[in-house]
Amino acid sequence: MTSAALNHNPDSQNDSTGYNFAYLDEQTKRMIRRCLLKAVAVPGYQVPFGGREMPLPYGWGTGGMQVTATIIGQDDVLKVIDQGADDTTNAVSIRRFFARTAGVATTESTREASVIQTRHRIPETPLSHGQILVYQVPIPDPLRFIEPRETETRKMHALQEYGVMHVKLYEDIARFGHIATTYAYPVKVNGHYVMDPSPIPKFDNPKMHGNPALQLFGAGREKRIYAIPPFTRVESLDFEDHPFEIQGWDQACEFCGSDHSFLDEVVTDDEGGRIFICSDTDYCNQRFETGARQEAV
Amino acid sequence: MYVAVKSGEKAIDQAHSWLDETRRGDTSIPELSVAQIRQQMGLAVDRIMAEGSLYDPELAALALKQASGDAIEAIFLLRAYRTTLPRFLASLPVETNTMAIRRRISAAYKDLPGGQVLGPTYDYTHRLLDFTLLANGERASTPPSDETVEDCPRVLDFLNSEGLIESPLANSCRTQSDDSAPADLTRQPLDYPAGRDLRLQALARGDEGFLLALAYSTQRGYGRNHPFAGEIRQGEVAVEIAPEELGFPVIVGDIQVSECDMINQFIGTETEAPRFTRGYGLAFGNSERKALAMALVDRALRARELGEDVVSPAQDEEFVLAHCDNLDSSGFVSHLKLPHYVDFQSELVLLRRLRKEFEERKSGRQGPKVNTTSKPGNQDEPSMDNEQRREVKQA
Repeated sequence: MTSAALNHNPDSQNDSTGYNFAYLDEQTKRMIRRCLLKAVAVPGYQVPFGGREMPLPYGWGTGGMQVTATIIGQDDVLKVIDQGADDTTNAVSIRRFFARTAGVATTESTREASVIQTRHRIPETPLSHGQILVYQVPIPDPLRFIEPRETETRKMHALQEYGVMHVKLYEDIARFGHIATTYAYPVKVNGHYVMDPSPIPKFDNPKMHGNPALQLFGAGREKRIYAIPPFTRVESLDFEDHPFEIQGWDQACEFCGSDHSFLDEVVTDDEGGRIFICSDTDYCNQRFETGARQEAV
Repeated sequence: MYVAVKSGEKAIDQAHSWLDETRRGDTSIPELSVAQIRQQMGLAVDRIMAEGSLYDPELAALALKQASGDAIEAIFLLRAYRTTLPRFLASLPVETNTMAIRRRISAAYKDLPGGQVLGPTYDYTHRLLDFTLLANGERASTPPSDETVEDCPRVLDFLNSEGLIESPLANSCRTQSDDSAPADLTRQPLDYPAGRDLRLQALARGDEGFLLALAYSTQRGYGRNHPFAGEIRQGEVAVEIAPEELGFPVIVGDIQVSECDMINQFIGTETEAPRFTRGYGLAFGNSERKALAMALVDRALRARELGEDVVSPAQDEEFVLAHCDNLDSSGFVSHLKLPHYVDFQSELVLLRRLRKEFEERKSGRQGPKVNTTSKPGNQDEPSMDNEQRREVKQA
């Protein structure tokens, strides 16, 4: 949490909206901060919280928004991405929400941001100490698709009964020759809890490990918060003879020429024409501009 | 240059102004006022209040207007407003025994003290379109008789005084948290198993359509509980608060509610004489269908506590409570409209690789061995179509 968030004056009202700073009332923020502290203290553990109804629909980032609203202070600089991009409609909508209700500065630059709210990606630009990455989470429990009952999965987590998860991955290998989970790939945090990294592509999983930034996860509809503190061990589940691997592309980004970032496929015509571009728009722009400058020199 | 995902900001603004225009419709037609909606679309307003968990007919009517008549969108507007309201204190439990009755019927007794009062109901209307209304004609209506309704003692109390039905205060009906204040799922996360107080709160806010379908399923054998509509009443009740510094209760207003007491199949054990059991439904406004459905589902959810086998969806607390809220469900279903380029791309990469390996195997080269006896049907598997699955199996 930034010092700005801690020093923030709770009585300040945002005059233009008639709502409290960053929408949520201070009692709710206090409740969420307590849950965040617990989540940081027990990495990967899903802490139930009294999630509020937000003025955006459930499933559209209400959990991430509640976390962001709770930690953000007047001096923070907010970046919001969806699918890695700053200009997708839902990212625009959430960024506007905080610009309006908290009046904070916003940015598209990963480096300049102190708080980054994300859906489905971790930025390509490495994060640094003091930054906070807030994930929007649809289904927080990695065991949910194996066991739909909350009463069961809570027991399974408590007892570290994760054999079923390995069986599931093994079945993939038996059937397809590969682990067929490509996103929301389960990870083990700090050697204990198996955690859903939210539906980021497994390409991004290694970035969670030992990351200097604080990673917070908010699931609004399911009312759960969890966290990965800075420099925490995060391992993607795998087998000795089938080690974890990330996806790669034969192509490079059409714009910036990157051959190491996550690429989105864009259909250019109805005759099989395809180009590939970076999903992280800020990273792509930076590389594009740097490249253009170098060419000019 | 690819620009489809760019200019999101401008697109949103344009969409909003188009929406405003569409909501208003043809400007040569007079605009609906909130007061008109409140007065003439009363049942819609009541549903918005019930599922929006906020008793405010004016704001519910406003929400309905703003949402172009979409009930779930209007409920969303009201809930998002409600969540910001400060809570001063809790009211005393409303006393429906002293309700100012507009309607009161019992399907269990032919006649009873207080009588059967039909009230303003659609029940016995013939569903024939009334073309007088289309022609903007007001039908001459005879004002309802001003005969006051006598006191209506509660039907289930007759049974209770004979011991034929479980007491409303029997252990089985109490909240799990007993003496403490009732739980509130809008403040605390739902924890299973939930007490009956939480279950009733969830059902009262739950989607009418979902509860109706679940209630119907119990009638068709999926968790049958032999219901009789013991009493349905509708009318005005006083809301009282008792501030500590006053030391006595004061009425802060009246609200319209619909209530349903269901009489259900009896139970008995070696030590207890057989008796009927209860299901309960209560909703803001004239929401009788909702109250009936709620009472049936409430009773179904008491299966475990009453020692019945939990075999049907309506009896399954986690299934019902996790899925009855229409903002949860509509939000999560509609989030499929959000971009999923990244996840989809991840699946494409894998699928292309699997297909390439398959082609290589087919043309005789070595590839990883594929188990041909594995069963399809795992929920979490990548989106392969059946043809692809067959190909993998045949390999």
